[in-house]
Amino acid sequence: MAQATSRNRRLAARIAEHSTGIIASVLFAAPIVWAVLSAFKPAQEARLPPLPPWPTSGVSLENYVTLNSFGDGLWISAQNSIYVSVMTVVLSVAVSVLAGYGFSRFRFPFKDLFFVLILSTIMIPFQSILTPIFLVLTKLGLHNTLTGLVGVYVTLQLPFSIFMMRNAFDAVPREIEEAARMDGAGNLTMLVKVMLPLVWPGVVTIALFAFLGAWNEFLAALVLMTDQSKFTLPVMMTALQSGRFGAIDWGAVQAGVTVMMVPCLILFLVLQRFYIRGLMAGAVK
Amino acid sequence: MTSITAATPAPPRARKLTGAGRRQWIGLLYVAPAVALVVVFFLIPLGMTAWMSLHNWPLMGERSYIGLGNYVAILHDTRFWNALRFTGWYTLVVTIAIFAVAFPLALFVERPRPLTNLYRTMFFMPAVVGFASASLLWSWLLNVDSGLFSPAAYDLGLIDRKFNLLATFQPAFWSIIAMVVWKVAGFTMIILMAGLQSIPQDLQEAAVIDGAGPFARFRAITLPLMRRTLALALILSVAGSILAFDQFYIILRGGPRNQTLTAVYWIFNQSFVSFKLGYGAALSMVLLVILVALSLVQLWLLRKPEGLD
Repeated sequence: MAQATSRNRRLAARIAEHSTGIIASVLFAAPIVWAVLSAFKPAQEARLPPLPPWPTSGVSLENYVTLNSFGDGLWISAQNSIYVSVMTVVLSVAVSVLAGYGFSRFRFPFKDLFFVLILSTIMIPFQSILTPIFLVLTKLGLHNTLTGLVGVYVTLQLPFSIFMMRNAFDAVPREIEEAARMDGAGNLTMLVKVMLPLVWPGVVTIALFAFLGAWNEFLAALVLMTDQSKFTLPVMMTALQSGRFGAIDWGAVQAGVTVMMVPCLILFLVLQRFYIRGLMAGAVK
Repeated sequence: MTSITAATPAPPRARKLTGAGRRQWIGLLYVAPAVALVVVFFLIPLGMTAWMSLHNWPLMGERSYIGLGNYVAILHDTRFWNALRFTGWYTLVVTIAIFAVAFPLALFVERPRPLTNLYRTMFFMPAVVGFASASLLWSWLLNVDSGLFSPAAYDLGLIDRKFNLLATFQPAFWSIIAMVVWKVAGFTMIILMAGLQSIPQDLQEAAVIDGAGPFARFRAITLPLMRRTLALALILSVAGSILAFDQFYIILRGGPRNQTLTAVYWIFNQSFVSFKLGYGAALSMVLLVILVALSLVQLWLLRKPEGLD
């Protein structure tokens, strides 16, 4: 008897637990699912409240087509976003790997000063220095260019990614380098052929953070990109949502939001391990 | 550690650095690109902000030195102080709300059980979506005619007339709070979870043997041992909220009646809408001082417990 009640109680606890889990999961996923499903409605239907969220009068790509007809079009902004994000990933990885290796393996003048300087930029919000950044870019002839935006984004990534890479290199035993040096490897060969494969997980982590940072950034892009042909997705979609291209087409907004969210979600689901790793590295710092 | 045999302070130019010594100097080349970027996109702009804040600096035309004129003007800028007060209120409310949701979630997903990984992933998903995407998404969901909340409540018979959530301050403000909690709670949850997992299991077990109930254990063991984690989560939430811009710009445009202008929004307006660059720089300096002060508090809160290192 007593055994049966305790088993019942445990079963009840388990049911309560999982219903809580499932309800909470649904609440967190709902807005995303709602937008992704609604985006596939025909334009007529997308204007009505999304009840139910899925298309009831046939699946259509009409919203995406409409979206592409606003301003310079979805495709141009998507290209800009892809270019800016990929360049930010490539450059911030290159710069951080070099710097992480330098800080981990060499002793040179001002080493500690430089390291503290780079890390301390995390204390200064870039929002408060946007105006001079705008003027510096103008001076450099990079005003209103995607390259200028990339430069800003790469700099924003540096404190986190250099910290991350230096720790990754610190964890590699020195004997490995000494052995390679015996075999006559130069500094750069050593870095690329011997060290890089060993710090690979760290590289994936900083690449992921760089991509998400650049893809999602809004304020700097809004301020620095004044020409419509240079808009990234968040800026272009905000212009559309504010009615800059006439009456607000909510179907196009759903489609645009879907295009903005899906790459982040896919990357996160595939590389979750690396994302959490980065978060923990930041958290234990 | 490093072999520094040849790195003794050599008389300048007299001796050519050889072998290990020269190899060490190459380190400068490795860090040079990073340092250059930080100088160009951080140090110089930082110095310029301070410099510009002492000037009347329009986008076009002559700029003139006015000393502390901008700072004096800030003292009388009631709209800036209103924006700052609103930012503070928002920060307080949203931080409490995030913790109220994230802490139970962290306790829920802390121990590995069937499906825990799935739950963690689901709760975390909104955190990888950008603030701009989330704001655009919610601006649609909150829309009175084409959105979800108001029409759904109407269809369910909860209200007899469609209600525009974004038309007045209170519902608009709480809508933003709901959206930010949805987006950020999973992130805070993961940080808190890491803190919970770092508490040694045997401490809890010993307390159970001593007859401590769950609340006593939470108060006497969990909370004190999580001090640094809690401080970190708190700091991230506070710093993020003080700099809030995207959601208020995209969903509310600072409205209704300019009641939801945040500090960053006001600086944005002054600098890039009114093009008062000098005044915007002075406002930025004020914000900067607030955030650096906050960083110092952060370093103090995150200090290592005494006796441990």
